[in-house]
Amino acid sequence: MTVTKADASVTTANNEPTGETEPVGSARSERLSALIQQHGALAVLVLVSLVASFSFDSFATGDNVSNMATSSAFLAIVALGMTFVIITGGIDLSVGSLFALGGVLAAWGSRHGTLVALLLPLAVCGLIGVVNGLLVARSRLAPFIVTLAAMLGARGLLLAITDEGADTFLIGKGSFLAELGQGTTLGLGNPVWITLALFVAGAVVLRRTRFGQHVYAVGGNEDAAALMGAPVARTKILVYTLSGLLAGLAGALNAAWLASGVTILGNGMELEAISAVVIGGTLLTGGLGYVSGSLVGVLLLKVIQNVINQIGSLDSSYQQVVSGAFLAVVVIAQTWLGRRRQLM
Amino acid sequence: MAEATLRTVPLDKARVLQWLQTYGVYAGVAALLVVNTVITPHFLSAENFRTQAVQVAPVIIVALGMALVIGTEGVDLSVGAVMALAASVTALYLGYGLLPALLVVALFAAAVGLANGALVALVGVQPIVATLALMVGGRGLALVLLPQLEDLRNPSLASLGSGDVLGIPYLILIAAVLAVLVAFVVRRTTFGRQLLAIGDSRPAAQLAGLPVRRVLIIVYVVCALLAAVAGVLATARLQASDPTSLGNLMELSAITAVVVGGTPLTGGRVNIAGTVAGAVLIQLLTATLIKHDLPPSWTQIAQAIVIVAAVYAARGRGKR
Amino acid sequence: MAPPAEVLAVRGLSKSFPGVRALDDVDLTLHAGEVHALIGENGAGKSTLIKLLTGVYRPDAGEITFQGSKVSFATPLEAQKAGISTIYQEVNLIPLLSVARNLFLGREPRNRFGVLDIARMNREAEKTLRGYGVRVDVRRPLRTLGVGAQQMVALARAVATDARIVIMDEPTSSLEPREVETLFSVIRRLRDAGIAVVYVSHRLDELYAVCGTVTVLRDGRRVHHGSLADLDRLALVSTMLGRDLGEVREEGLTKFTGDHEATDTQPVLDARELTVPHKLHEVSLSIRPGEVVGLGGLLGSGRTETAKAISGALPVRSGRVTVAGVPLRGGSAPAAIRAGVSLLPEDRKSEGIVPGLSVRENIALAVLPRLSRFGLVSEARVDSVVDTFIKRLRIKASSPHQKVGELSGGNQQKVLLARWLAMNPKVLLLDEPTRGIDVGAKAEVQKLVDELAADGLGVLLISSDLEELIEGSDRVVVLKDGAVVGELTGDDVTEDKLMRTIAGDAQVEHLAKEVATDG
Repeated sequence: MTVTKADASVTTANNEPTGETEPVGSARSERLSALIQQHGALAVLVLVSLVASFSFDSFATGDNVSNMATSSAFLAIVALGMTFVIITGGIDLSVGSLFALGGVLAAWGSRHGTLVALLLPLAVCGLIGVVNGLLVARSRLAPFIVTLAAMLGARGLLLAITDEGADTFLIGKGSFLAELGQGTTLGLGNPVWITLALFVAGAVVLRRTRFGQHVYAVGGNEDAAALMGAPVARTKILVYTLSGLLAGLAGALNAAWLASGVTILGNGMELEAISAVVIGGTLLTGGLGYVSGSLVGVLLLKVIQNVINQIGSLDSSYQQVVSGAFLAVVVIAQTWLGRRRQLM
Repeated sequence: MAEATLRTVPLDKARVLQWLQTYGVYAGVAALLVVNTVITPHFLSAENFRTQAVQVAPVIIVALGMALVIGTEGVDLSVGAVMALAASVTALYLGYGLLPALLVVALFAAAVGLANGALVALVGVQPIVATLALMVGGRGLALVLLPQLEDLRNPSLASLGSGDVLGIPYLILIAAVLAVLVAFVVRRTTFGRQLLAIGDSRPAAQLAGLPVRRVLIIVYVVCALLAAVAGVLATARLQASDPTSLGNLMELSAITAVVVGGTPLTGGRVNIAGTVAGAVLIQLLTATLIKHDLPPSWTQIAQAIVIVAAVYAARGRGKR
Repeated sequence: MAPPAEVLAVRGLSKSFPGVRALDDVDLTLHAGEVHALIGENGAGKSTLIKLLTGVYRPDAGEITFQGSKVSFATPLEAQKAGISTIYQEVNLIPLLSVARNLFLGREPRNRFGVLDIARMNREAEKTLRGYGVRVDVRRPLRTLGVGAQQMVALARAVATDARIVIMDEPTSSLEPREVETLFSVIRRLRDAGIAVVYVSHRLDELYAVCGTVTVLRDGRRVHHGSLADLDRLALVSTMLGRDLGEVREEGLTKFTGDHEATDTQPVLDARELTVPHKLHEVSLSIRPGEVVGLGGLLGSGRTETAKAISGALPVRSGRVTVAGVPLRGGSAPAAIRAGVSLLPEDRKSEGIVPGLSVRENIALAVLPRLSRFGLVSEARVDSVVDTFIKRLRIKASSPHQKVGELSGGNQQKVLLARWLAMNPKVLLLDEPTRGIDVGAKAEVQKLVDELAADGLGVLLISSDLEELIEGSDRVVVLKDGAVVGELTGDDVTEDKLMRTIAGDAQVEHLAKEVATDG
């Protein structure tokens, strides 16, 4: 990853009189808290992976790792968009529905060629994202209620397209779309490469463009951002649009991978995406966050799910319980760290 | 002159908006009743009203708890999961009799409410995120306890679901009693006033020495308990425990009912009569669409639009 | 020599809000290189004028001519782009972003790929800030800087965006004296560079130190403008307050009588060595019944924190508080309130009133459990308590059911006082009780504090208004950087002594005296 962490490389030898107000001891504990917040997830990921490799023979195999990577890819793309939204201090609960809708639209569109199959989900999900953004930014409605409504509306749209869920559209074998989802390059699935490319682009956008600065500024202090000339409304509309687009794209790629648009996907995906983002060190209150952290968060979630599967005999309900509990634990930890750093 | 007209126009608009916020929900219910009387065959029958009322009762009960939570400037997304949990636990413990089963359900619900309340009040997590954890985890737990639909054959549960007093089904009676009780608590008790003060200005309530944490925790526990009551009643009516789909999207219906009913999401105000009317409005809307053979997908889209419209209309009211 | 160019000309500017004419036909002219003082009491219309100039509000009438052409800014951004920048009271930057990113937000240097050139940004930020006496690692988050340094960043940002006019809204309210000096030298540099500065402050010393011209606003109108040197301090104050010179001289500026006798020697409140990490260091003070103890010190010296620590609103690491001899459980506001300690918070709007609830509910809020049985509120008892206090404190509301948020600042403050008096407190902690309320209500509140002390309450008074503090207190405990640095009693309770104590002179004298007696 080419994420620049300008803020992370803080030098210690700095005791100019005008600058600092905090005593040295607190600065040290603050740096420790910052370190845990930013890289704690990575440490846990490494630890869990190591333990899992020793405990289960089938964990560290090429097949399993490649499978985990591919199944992480779709969630990761959704989490990338969610990262932007959460850094602005918002939340997007519609991504699960948009993910499913994107898949169905891609499968439906694949009958009219690959271009339609890719553009249609992007257009529709992007448009719903725009509507979300407009309602949040221009009408100043609470993000959770707007995107909750969008979650419901998008599901409704999905059911309307598929004759109340009765129709399943398939993606023809051998098409470019199928290749995009199912093919591999250098041993890794194409979706993994696409995800990595998107994350590199996302990191550059967030840290190295003016739009990225605006995203942080809006989440850090909206009023100040407006006074400093950041286009607050436009930034918010853009992040919800981005989130919609990425959820739709993830759904389309997932459909390509599965070779069909499955209507019942995406339930609870918003929670997984939010968990991943929060695990990765992004503050739920906005203003601070890392794209790379979200990727680590997704991997951590998927590794834990994989471990639950390795144990066997536990079905997906346990995964739900675990992800719910995990989110609670992470949020508690983050609140505690944030308070130590006096960020909140 | 020009100035005068300039001033009166926004004022009138504000007045219309204010009227809509306060009475719009009742006007909406009335309009739907009139429209349906005209266009829907067999709408004006005791049987139909009874059906509609029995269907809406669980939503009302959940919405009552949601109204309290929203009054504290919070939200509880876990209510649907609590309904599912209540269904599972009822099925598991019904063997010991209805009352013991209900007690265990209450324990589970109280635990969920405590967890939500502790995350919000003690840890300081935003309510959306705190309750999101249990929205997913709670349903997962419900499914772990009871992986699939199970038919329940218990006479007392059956009579709870379909019995009546003087022709009024228990479900409606219970919903009505709970609504009156919650309205009384909001208006006439210390707890109710403290709840509103906390929702309006948490820092001020804190400095005024109010037991903020205790009130918040109790509110989330009450909300979970009410959701559990709704879950048990819905299960009793179905005579089956269905943890997979019971209470799905209930959080959304309840929030809609509360917001449509004139309780602002910004806290500090709770309108119980409006909340009941809001639930009825959504029920009538859904029923209208279904009776005219529109598929469920349409009702979902319609509900999404109603929510956004209601929140949009409530914009600018309440604080700031 | 030709007179400097006119940068800004405001003619007949008016703005009304529902029920208030905030600004009424106001003119203002600024020339290049002019440092212009804009002063007035709270509610005089200063902030409305600033917001009209910077595009936050649109005027109802009047026109603004900026650099020769008529302008109408729709947003602060437009105003800023045109060249009118504002430095606000509380620093309005992004605390979690790095210093450099804050400085360059919206105009970051980019390389030829359109990507931000971070290295160059940091380099230039460092260079720019050095010119403002700020030497920090610009890659650190802004919030790790002191307030003064943050303000310099804000100023540097304003100047860097090619401002022709810089408006400073109480810029020194949280600065150290040394930082104020730096600020002044920066202002003088701006002046020499031909930038017009509008300086809003309540601190007269500062006005006379940097400003050349002045505009005085009162009740939304311009009541005076011209050269500041032509207006002496007393004249300035009387113009601001709209009172005759004689009245100001004779009565002083407050309604305090200032002489209460402590009725008992046993303190009703005794705080010992309260310590809150980074905020308070072993602060001790005691208050006897019937005594008004002032808490002096600069902003940020720990006055508010002391009050909050005593009232349990701020958890202490060590130290203890006893009320009438009974030790208090720390960190619990309800416990302190039960013991008879009541805090009137500084931030009335967000920590005091519950704006959406009625006057009645607000007054009854704290005392409610005592007016209830089994959790059921006795409406009759609430009514009688509320009636009593509305009459006693002369609270002006259309009815007890009016929302508190709709009342004037002074009446809101009285509602809060009523809330606490209903609890029969032993100790009242008043944090800036008269800030932001009109002159009449101010006098009433001051009189009330006197009466309450006479009734035997112990009162802790915090006020940035030195005269109020001096005239209202029997004793003044002086804080500096979170620690007690002195106490003024008897005839020593004077503005001069207070300022010397804050500045540290008294300690030196005290030490000198000690050395002398030892020797």
